[in-house]
Amino acid sequence: MRALTPARVGLGRTGAGLPTEALLDFTLDHARARDAVHAAFDTAGLIASLHALGLDPLQVSSRAPVRRDYLRRPDLGRMLDADSRRALAGRAEGACGLVLVIADGLSPAAVNLHAAGVTGQLLPLLSEAGIAAGHVVIASGARVALGDEIGEILKSRMVAVLIGERPGLSAPDSLGAYLTHDPRVGRSDAERNCVSNIHGSGLSSAEAAFKIAWLIRESLARGISGVALKDESSEAMAARLAKPV
Amino acid sequence: MAYRKAIDATSYVFDDLRDLLAKATPPRSGDRLAGIAAGSAEETIAARMALADLPLKQFLNEAVIPYEDDEVTRLIVDGHEAKAFAPVASLTVGAFRDWLLSDPATGEVLAQLAPGLMPEMAAAVSKLMRNQDLIQVAKKCEVTTRFRNTIGLRGRMSTRLQPNHPFDDIGGITASILDGLLLGSGDACIGINPASDDPAVIGGLLRRLDDIIVRFDIPTQGCVLTHVTTTLALIGQGYPVDLVFQSIAGTEAANRSFGVTLALLREAREAGLSLKRGTVGSNVMYFETGQGSALSANAHHGVDQQTLEARAYAVARVFDPLLVNSVVGFIGPEYLYDGKEIIRAGLEDHFCGKLLGAPLGVDVCYTNHAEADQDDMDNLLTLLAAAGVTFIMGVPGADDVMLNYQSTSFHDALYLRDLFGLGRAPEFDDWLVRMGLSGTDFRLSGNAGQLPDFAAKLIA
Repeated sequence: MRALTPARVGLGRTGAGLPTEALLDFTLDHARARDAVHAAFDTAGLIASLHALGLDPLQVSSRAPVRRDYLRRPDLGRMLDADSRRALAGRAEGACGLVLVIADGLSPAAVNLHAAGVTGQLLPLLSEAGIAAGHVVIASGARVALGDEIGEILKSRMVAVLIGERPGLSAPDSLGAYLTHDPRVGRSDAERNCVSNIHGSGLSSAEAAFKIAWLIRESLARGISGVALKDESSEAMAARLAKPV
Repeated sequence: MAYRKAIDATSYVFDDLRDLLAKATPPRSGDRLAGIAAGSAEETIAARMALADLPLKQFLNEAVIPYEDDEVTRLIVDGHEAKAFAPVASLTVGAFRDWLLSDPATGEVLAQLAPGLMPEMAAAVSKLMRNQDLIQVAKKCEVTTRFRNTIGLRGRMSTRLQPNHPFDDIGGITASILDGLLLGSGDACIGINPASDDPAVIGGLLRRLDDIIVRFDIPTQGCVLTHVTTTLALIGQGYPVDLVFQSIAGTEAANRSFGVTLALLREAREAGLSLKRGTVGSNVMYFETGQGSALSANAHHGVDQQTLEARAYAVARVFDPLLVNSVVGFIGPEYLYDGKEIIRAGLEDHFCGKLLGAPLGVDVCYTNHAEADQDDMDNLLTLLAAAGVTFIMGVPGADDVMLNYQSTSFHDALYLRDLFGLGRAPEFDDWLVRMGLSGTDFRLSGNAGQLPDFAAKLIA
């Protein structure tokens, strides 16, 4: 029965209770999920990885720098602090195509593990499509919608936010990518496309990068994102994988 | 109308009933997020003191959301039964608390009172109550409902078997259902949250549920928790629908964000009733609610999340539901921050629901970004069983692998049955005996949990 589902079936019982092994398995998974939520965001490591890719990231913070505030006040995690606004405004030039935001979200652990890898896979696909990453921004204490304000200030046509997803017991280190055309404060979630479940036993960095690049290209070409833009990247990916190298 | 309370040199002013209720609420992150919480601990108590002096009748004069703006307010006001309200009509909110705790306020008396109570009255009195008061009064209330079995009888507690799977794999879902049945779970219903909203997938799940229930003659009901419009369409196509599910909230705008109106719910209930699939009763609706849903839809009108939750039960009760489920810790720490807030909210929801006459169960649960763990859930679970909760969830190992949160396990229900001597719905208990899964004392047989022949056939 256990082969049929990832659910915790067939655990056995001792009286009414869980056997010790099942109890400890569960608490280990919960401990990992808790650690993922409260992990430190390794911005120094991320900056080093991005430098190695030839990128020069900017750093910003939301108005929820303390984790406790971040968890209670999602509204503060969607707003840049004053220093970050000023710093970004100083860097804004003319209109740019794409801003890539790498944000801690609800699982800094996921970002520490997977964000640089996905970015490394993404850059060649973007340049193949003639899309330059105008700015790369590392955002702390961030919710998805913080990307709207960042993109607006930097006058970008599109923002891609790589962010740690809410950890589950089965995947504490899942990364998500949220893509928004014409980012502006107040955009709704229905106006974004999402590639989620990027982690060791989920979507690989290469698969994720392919989907993200496909969505960015289509979104910029059609001038839309969100429910109006359906993800049809699977067919394109199958075709590409079938091509002889 | 403004309300005032002076404490020493400080005079506290509350702009209106809505403000008074919000400030009197035990602390929780959702009300802070909404910017309506009290500014200090003393202000909270000043608000409670002013609330305690407020005549219950004031709720008939002052709506927290205007009558003209909100169909839920209209439902509450137009449906209020003055005759049922009469026994408490002269009381203040504080005196109402005293009366609820008193011996003359028996279960029978409270059942007769329910149609005379507005949800705001229930919410108001709950704000003056400690956890033990919420447990004590809820325990007196008995709300009984029927479809293929009888739910809510005194001394019994039911479970919804929740066999979710990350991509609705029918074999995986069946494995979880069997695991639950073998551990004596599933008398409230077998209810699947589908990952997909594709009607073809939902239809397949409905047929599988029907197949299992019919083949083994299980006195329970199936449900696939999809949007009510999807269920309506599938009823139209002849699919076997037992219970009609919908998430609901306490304001018209929040319900609109869920894609429902009261008229649509009425239509859905009629469609469910038309199938006549119940054998011992015709309570066909299954509702889910949760504090914070209106705020998250930006549809809270400045009203505190607990009062709005009570209004959701006022919506539920007019549709004679089989089950109403407060999914208390699912929404996340921005609404209920930690174990303490989740436990308090779970007890409030259960109390308010029962007092208003709704068959209230609780999904005792939390997410991984909340400050809570299994010990907090054990506490709430045990307190709710003491309070006579109608049903809880049964999820394999308490880990929902589709919705990614932690609920209660099949084992958790067994623990409560041992601790409090709680039976299941009587028809379901008899079935377990017939199948050899439990003895005549209704405790699971020693070999329960092993796959009997009937079960092996299903997944072969």
